[in-house]
Amino acid sequence: MEVASLRNRLERLGSTVTSQVWRLGYASRFLFHLVMHSGTALRRFRLTVAEIYFAGVLSLIIILVSGLFVGMVLALQGYETLQRFGASESLGVLVALSLVRELGPVVAGLLFASRAGSAITAEIGLMKATEQISAMEMMAVDPIARVVAPRFWGGVISMPLLAALFSAAGIFGGYLVGVQLIGVDAGAFWSQMQAAVDLRNDILNGVIKSVVFGVAVTWISVFEGYDAVPTAEGVSRATTRTVVTSSLAILALDFVLTALMFTGGNH
Amino acid sequence: MSRSMIDLWVGIFVAAGFAGLLFLALKVGNLASFSTNEMYSVHAKFANIGGLKVRGPVKSAGVVVGRVADIRFDNESYEAIVSMNLDAGYQFPRDTTAKILTSGILGEQYVGLEAGGDGVMLKHGDRLRLTQSAVVLENLISQFLFNKASESKEPAK
Repeated sequence: MEVASLRNRLERLGSTVTSQVWRLGYASRFLFHLVMHSGTALRRFRLTVAEIYFAGVLSLIIILVSGLFVGMVLALQGYETLQRFGASESLGVLVALSLVRELGPVVAGLLFASRAGSAITAEIGLMKATEQISAMEMMAVDPIARVVAPRFWGGVISMPLLAALFSAAGIFGGYLVGVQLIGVDAGAFWSQMQAAVDLRNDILNGVIKSVVFGVAVTWISVFEGYDAVPTAEGVSRATTRTVVTSSLAILALDFVLTALMFTGGNH
Repeated sequence: MSRSMIDLWVGIFVAAGFAGLLFLALKVGNLASFSTNEMYSVHAKFANIGGLKVRGPVKSAGVVVGRVADIRFDNESYEAIVSMNLDAGYQFPRDTTAKILTSGILGEQYVGLEAGGDGVMLKHGDRLRLTQSAVVLENLISQFLFNKASESKEPAK
């Protein structure tokens, strides 16, 4: 009895691991196929432009407003700590470095995953549930090239731009609170920021992060949608999985990228 | 929404995104202060560089005239060799003094150049012979305490 239940549990564990690895392999093959068949999406660029509209333009409001508030909170909190050391002029450095290096790409990525990624998954999943994908296959139209690739590239193009706008809005928010509300000297705020933020080490690395997050989130979103069980419940599960998996992927990738980028040299 | 409206909004979005990147690069980062001018490199040996960092500023009379390019340790003289890239627009006499100074009490450390009186100017690859090391707080305190101790002994004689 005991042995049988233990064996049962082991078998279940084994099959879970195997199916996850199988899914990872399938997802990688899917990505490869997707990139190989991106010709249509790039040649008929209008398809991609429409997806940039859905993934990027419609996410603008939430990204800009969140960025503004994150920057404002950073300035308030940072000022409280910095003024104890008499270093409140470094507020600009604190706000800019935290936004450009970390918060910009990461928070914009999380918002992008929940705002645009879930929509992509739901849309593709519903297309599958209503057999539009199968209909395309019947008409000898590759659904990956026609439906998935434009959404993928639309997301990949939108994400770095959204992250940059998030950081810019955040720094503006930090300026509003720090300089206009609290009264930190505007000259010190900007000049210390410019002296401390490096174009290659900070800004370019932030952009690289946002590109990586964009690829990861959109890949997960289109794959979950394409792989969804074609029922109402299956689509809802796939949407949930997209948000959970992309958020975890963003945070894990962020750790790896930060470790690679900012701890390599000692300057 | 019609197709052309979508195109318009995507155009605005992409333009705004690049404007954001440009804002980060120009206003937040130091792209604007990157001089495209020609630079020339000089180096100096210091007994102690304190907290000087690569890319730290090189200032003369408070004006940034260059950046620290490289910091190495000399195995023979047991000193630090600091290479600096100076803007070719600023010429200094050959007997210029290089000091490691601190901006403010807790500020970053930088190399301060004090021009000498020599008629010959520094060239690319030259070495600044007159240097002054960073002030190490511990040494300063121990010196002060030592002086105090010797002062208080004297009246007892």
